[in-house]
Amino acid sequence: MSELIKFVEQDLDADRRAAFPSFKAGDTVNVHVKIKEGNKERIQQFQGTVIQRRNQGTNGETFTVRKISSGIGVERIFPLLSPNIDKIEKLREGSVRRARLFYLRGRQGKAARIKEKIRSKN
Amino acid sequence: MSGIIGKKIGMTSIYSADGQQVACTLVEAGPCVVTQVKTTETDGYNAVQLGYGEKKEKNTTQPLQGHFKKAQTTPKKKLVEFRDFEVSEEVSLGQGLTVDKVFEEGELVHVIGTSKGKGFQGVVKRHGFGGVGQATHGQHNRLRAPGSIGACSFPGRVFKGLRMAGRTGGARVKVFNLRVMKVYPEKNLMVVSGSIPGAKNSYVILEK
Repeated sequence: MSELIKFVEQDLDADRRAAFPSFKAGDTVNVHVKIKEGNKERIQQFQGTVIQRRNQGTNGETFTVRKISSGIGVERIFPLLSPNIDKIEKLREGSVRRARLFYLRGRQGKAARIKEKIRSKN
Repeated sequence: MSGIIGKKIGMTSIYSADGQQVACTLVEAGPCVVTQVKTTETDGYNAVQLGYGEKKEKNTTQPLQGHFKKAQTTPKKKLVEFRDFEVSEEVSLGQGLTVDKVFEEGELVHVIGTSKGKGFQGVVKRHGFGGVGQATHGQHNRLRAPGSIGACSFPGRVFKGLRMAGRTGGARVKVFNLRVMKVYPEKNLMVVSGSIPGAKNSYVILEK
């Protein structure tokens, strides 16, 4: 990629990118999304497990969050750098061995749990 | 009309304020040099000729060398004339012109370039014909055929200008009303919405 393209993407995205915590598949996040209703704007929260991050490092990067809402699995794909994303909170770090956790779709209840990552001291 | 000469760099995308991702093209626009100023008195019309891109002196013809000498500048690769050139300040011979003097963010711009050559192509790619549309019902090997090219003994010939297969692309194309998304004067860089004709590193003319 041309140096100039990198320069422009850096210029436009670096601030937003830096504002988000680093997270990856298996982590539990709470995404604050701006929703427009007429001329009113409000914030909606979507809390769940990140099951994948796509096109990392590009300005078209997206991530998928999965949650179980009243017994039904719901997945939502967010563009990382979209101005509609107000805030991303990382609530829990998961310990997983895969980058894409599609196997969670076929699991329910206890089987769909993800172990918390144990951080060594220091 | 005013404008500037540039070079296509490549494409990226920008999020608009409402969250839409907009495809954008980067153009290295300028810095250009005014190589000639035409006026009604001397030439019969008003225009400004701009030069862009460095060129070796040994590859420049002597008449052009004289032309550049008059403007007190080095030889330029691309020369383009803009009629009734109007920017905020008066332009004079030999003056440099950067992108921020001509364009600002939010403006509409027309972009002229030479489209990528595609070689000899059929009518489906070249003129957007629909093709036959069916692969069954007895059809075979005519899926992308042009169909009839005219009647029989009257008129007894094929009309001139009938759209047929042939050399495609490599033509001068103008794209209208692209939005200037961003201007970086320090890098001579401009970001316009949408795609523009031509390959990377090809010359484009930006005008408004």
